[in-house]
Amino acid sequence: MANFTPVSAAIGGALIGFSAVLLALFTGHIAGVSGIFAGLVNPQTSDRPWRAAFIAGLIAAPVIVTPVGYAVPVPQMPGSYVTIVIGGLLVGFGTRLGSGCTSGHGICGIARLSPRSIVATFVFMAAAIGVVALTHHVLGG
Amino acid sequence: MSVLASLFCGFVFGCGLIVSGMIQPTKVLGFLDIFGIPSGAWDPSLAVVMAAGLTVAGTGYAVVRRRPPLIEKESLWPTKTDIDSSLLTGALLFGIGWGLVGLCPGPAVVNLATLSLPVIVFVIAMAIGMLAHDLWPARAAGAAPKALVSSTVADG
Repeated sequence: MANFTPVSAAIGGALIGFSAVLLALFTGHIAGVSGIFAGLVNPQTSDRPWRAAFIAGLIAAPVIVTPVGYAVPVPQMPGSYVTIVIGGLLVGFGTRLGSGCTSGHGICGIARLSPRSIVATFVFMAAAIGVVALTHHVLGG
Repeated sequence: MSVLASLFCGFVFGCGLIVSGMIQPTKVLGFLDIFGIPSGAWDPSLAVVMAAGLTVAGTGYAVVRRRPPLIEKESLWPTKTDIDSSLLTGALLFGIGWGLVGLCPGPAVVNLATLSLPVIVFVIAMAIGMLAHDLWPARAAGAAPKALVSSTVADG
């Protein structure tokens, strides 16, 4: 397990949980990024300011922490734009149909002990593990 | 005030994703690749991120949820409880997309700051996928704007 980084993972995870608690404490909202982002891009949404602020905070994070020593490298993405577009479409449509993503279901939902979120997290984890097994091993990508 | 609090929470959330390394798709894929378990290449970091996040959020929510929020008038906790086909199909499609690229919505948005073209393309495709769902004629006609807002608030 050469790539295992338990300490930074625990600190980072605690920060994510802390953010979710603060957002609930102050505004009563769930820190689910897919729901917040979808409401921002949907022209029919009326409560846009807090959504825009949360998304701006997310984007500001790397800009602010980079000078303090946390280099944020350009992410390594799949080589094919076809894969990237299909992946993006599936993530966008799937998170709306399934009412949440890794943050909304995986962190906030399970923390609320919501059976829906526990089931959803199990399903998307299993699907992602299956796809990685297929693309990295069976198809040899 | 609500905007300031949301901005700060987004910032802390983004810092958590950066510190944990979860903004790097290869790190996420290193967890999802369970064939790496026997060879020793598997990276369990994502499980630790979730365990720590759930410990803090679970404890905090248990305290916070009994009271109204400090700024807004009322809490917007999700109220749905039924495990229906939409939940299962949506989670399945999301999982497939996540496994293909290694990005879920949070890290994708944080990575916009790198101005990487593949990330920008991914986020645009994600937004189109979301709009395709939310503005589908049958759904848009069935949901008045107000109902639509609560349904987008009530989930992740």
